[in-house]
Amino acid sequence: MSDFILETRGLTKHYGGVHALTDASFTLKRAEHVAIMGDNGAGKSTFVRQITGVEQPTRGEIIFDGNAHFFNSPIAAREAGIEAVFQTLALADDLDVPSNLFLGREKIRWNLGPFSILDRRAMREATMAALVKTGVKIPNLSNTIRNMSGGQRQCVAIARTAAFKSKLVIMDEPTAALGVQETAQVENIIRTLKEAGEPLILISHNMRQVFDLVDRIVVFRRGRIVANLAKEDTDGQDVVSYITGAKTGAEFEGAA
Amino acid sequence: MASGTAQHGVGGLTYDSKKRALPPELNILVALIAITVVFELLNRYNFGWLWNDLPFQQGKSFLFNTRDNLDTLFNEQRINIILLQVAITGIIAIGVTQVIILGGIDLSSGSIVGATAMIAMSFAQTATVNGNPNPKAIFGEGFMDLWVLVPILVGLTCGLIAGCVNGLLVAYTRIPPFIATLGMMVSARGVAKWWSNGNPISFPTETYASLSNGDMMGGMTFGVLSWSGQNPALVFFLLAILFHLIMTYTLYGKRCYAIGSNEAAARMSGINIARHKVLVYTIAGLLAGVAAILLTSKTLTAQAGMGVMLELDAIAMAVIGGVSLTGGRGSIIGTVLGALIFSVIISGFTSIQLDAYYQEMVKGAIIVGAVVMDQWRQSKRGRG
Repeated sequence: MSDFILETRGLTKHYGGVHALTDASFTLKRAEHVAIMGDNGAGKSTFVRQITGVEQPTRGEIIFDGNAHFFNSPIAAREAGIEAVFQTLALADDLDVPSNLFLGREKIRWNLGPFSILDRRAMREATMAALVKTGVKIPNLSNTIRNMSGGQRQCVAIARTAAFKSKLVIMDEPTAALGVQETAQVENIIRTLKEAGEPLILISHNMRQVFDLVDRIVVFRRGRIVANLAKEDTDGQDVVSYITGAKTGAEFEGAA
Repeated sequence: MASGTAQHGVGGLTYDSKKRALPPELNILVALIAITVVFELLNRYNFGWLWNDLPFQQGKSFLFNTRDNLDTLFNEQRINIILLQVAITGIIAIGVTQVIILGGIDLSSGSIVGATAMIAMSFAQTATVNGNPNPKAIFGEGFMDLWVLVPILVGLTCGLIAGCVNGLLVAYTRIPPFIATLGMMVSARGVAKWWSNGNPISFPTETYASLSNGDMMGGMTFGVLSWSGQNPALVFFLLAILFHLIMTYTLYGKRCYAIGSNEAAARMSGINIARHKVLVYTIAGLLAGVAAILLTSKTLTAQAGMGVMLELDAIAMAVIGGVSLTGGRGSIIGTVLGALIFSVIISGFTSIQLDAYYQEMVKGAIIVGAVVMDQWRQSKRGRG
């Protein structure tokens, strides 16, 4: 078993003539929490879209959990164990919490093709277990998502990652649209994941949040990785100068 | 882990999994009772003279039996009429409800009823009427007096094919369901007219006629309500129960709600949306076929104009029953109650002798009113 849960080698994505991502080589250890930072259009989201199977890379390799993978769809990535929580929530408003957690992966009691009978009790119990694991507080599981606050909705989306024993969680600006208290709630969930030893990639613009939560910061600029900084060896000022291009990491000189 | 009320999570928070809000159908049930009471009062105190030139009549009852023989508590004739109307249009409404919950719309069901009625009826004809050859015969001798399952299967197949075409159009051409089913509405009506050059098709075999007019329940009486000649209503209630269970407890139902609620999220979750849409529209077409068979069996004739505007009545029943036209919300129970409300109103208008033209005007207002109510409900509980 390799030390790394995820490794990308020379990951590259071109949209026509636009080089959105160039030679991104990235590693993530088991149980490690890493933040990806960078200005808008720096390639952060493009990078995430490649490893979650939303898009397919032009070049490069993705080694996940010791095996090389080519994800032709988000479902393939999810089946491999990569769960993503996107900025735009992928929840069905009119369904309750268990139905949303198990959307597309429902537990079945009797298999009758499309008319299979759902195992509602098992899904409810697994939902409660996932909520406990992530420390998410939802007062009433039978409530539809529509009736919930933005924070609760985000928490449900995050709890979804815990319900399926995912091997890697990716969060793309999970608190961008949330209030102070709701942000604190989501950050608590991330700490819970850290204690449980679940690896995480966090995309965030919030410097305080990043220094609070992660072990390592990877900075993207103009489609390239320009810095790989352990939290202890850096500070906010330093990270900003990498983001803006005032500095470039020694090992990434060629990338500038 | 135990289900039910248990102590879990951070800060001693309780997940009360049993707690539920009142079902939205309760409001609709209250409305049904209120509307029935209003018509009962209007009948009792005979307000008919207000809008008719008719002479003042002795007040009668809307729902109850006021004649001398009190074997039955209820006005059987009225209830039979209401149930018949609920049954035929309600069966269509069950299919339409699923399509609307899926986030679509089906405008073609009335025309599918027309086409299916003509085609099925032509396989249900009897060879001799009162000793003479059938004057309305469509096919030759070989296709007369067929086993009753033949017209039934033909009818179901017609509905199934029409629904399947709807589904394929909606799922794979990505044209709006409104347009796809509008096309089917016009084309299926064309089929209905072309099938016999616009001539009515009549004189079915006795067995076919007994489908709707016979007594599957053997004239059973439930307490004071006798139940006779109501096979269509029986079929409707059985189908309603079946599809209620399907929509509530199966993958099929869950996916209807998921797709209608957030199609992008459903796609991201790996649900095969196109295949599911074809299935839902096919079932809606199949149910229109069932309605056509029961309708022709009841009326003993099929005409090219059968079922005109039936799709709008069915949509109205669903909307009155709380099915949201934006998709994702509603239930079969709601639609059943909506169908009852719709039919009580129509029958009530007749009972107070309101002119048929006024009835149509008010019907339109009710449909619009139900949609306004739905919008209002949505904005009231918009996201916090």
